[in-house]
Amino acid sequence: MNLSWIVLASTVVAALAIALGTVLPALAMGKAIAQALDSLARQPEAERSITRTLFIGLAMIESLAIYTLVIVLIILFRNPLLEYVLK
Amino acid sequence: MGPSSPLLHLGPIGITATVATTWGVMLVLTLVAVLITRRLRVESPGLLQSAAEGIVLTIRKAIDDVVPDRSTQLLPFVGTLWLFIAAANLAGVVPGVQSPTGDLSTTSALALIVFLSVHWFGIRTDGLRGYLRHYLSPSPILLPFHLISELTRTVALAMRLFGNIMSLEMAALLVLLVAGFLVPVPLLMLHIVEALVQAYIFGMLALVYIGGALQVRESSVESQQGDNPS
Repeated sequence: MNLSWIVLASTVVAALAIALGTVLPALAMGKAIAQALDSLARQPEAERSITRTLFIGLAMIESLAIYTLVIVLIILFRNPLLEYVLK
Repeated sequence: MGPSSPLLHLGPIGITATVATTWGVMLVLTLVAVLITRRLRVESPGLLQSAAEGIVLTIRKAIDDVVPDRSTQLLPFVGTLWLFIAAANLAGVVPGVQSPTGDLSTTSALALIVFLSVHWFGIRTDGLRGYLRHYLSPSPILLPFHLISELTRTVALAMRLFGNIMSLEMAALLVLLVAGFLVPVPLLMLHIVEALVQAYIFGMLALVYIGGALQVRESSVESQQGDNPS
């Protein structure tokens, strides 16, 4: 009984976390790409540095989603708190 | 069989699949490099030589764009990072082989090398005192923030590469379990793109960090000139 509640809770929490953790970085990435396209249209000769900075920024934002994924995988497969329940 | 369970034992040290794949990637890269550079010609270069020169020139140009006039100093390190990580990521596409970069140990080691080399290049160009002084600039209050950012960016570097490659392989595996034969092929194409992009980003971030350590002196000289214009 106790364990099934924990399984339910961790599944729901994992799904919610990965949903939020992808939606919010996706919004941020969209903003960044829109700004980069805007400045590319204004200044096409600065393409190289804009693209480089955009890539680095996107990598930074993307790593936030990756952190969420790692946490979700820990919750689902290697939950360290389960030890206390099973004891 | 997980990537961290040892395949065989050499004395007390277990050789895991990750280490074996890393050695394989290193062997392939070394062999290709030796084969390409065996007969170099200035006039009428061969196809392989032209390709290799193109790769080296592209890397050199990318370094020059970020850190001007330092490409000779930085080319060996950053170029090796780029080529090795790209090859290691792409190794995951070969059937039966797992990317070594899908293991947190490999990416931590790479991030640690980047962490140490930032200080190495910084101290070599500015001297120990000049390099350490940039931790106290613009104000000594910011010292803890400098130290925290050193730590977190190294962790983030390792985490980013590991998370991306591991999640790609896991997604392909899950799709294979759910849908079956030939369905994960689009995911494998995504794997190829993502492998190259992640290698580019890892090397570029390492380059930006090293560039930040190298430009300490130049920026401090500039700010002094800005303070008292002659």
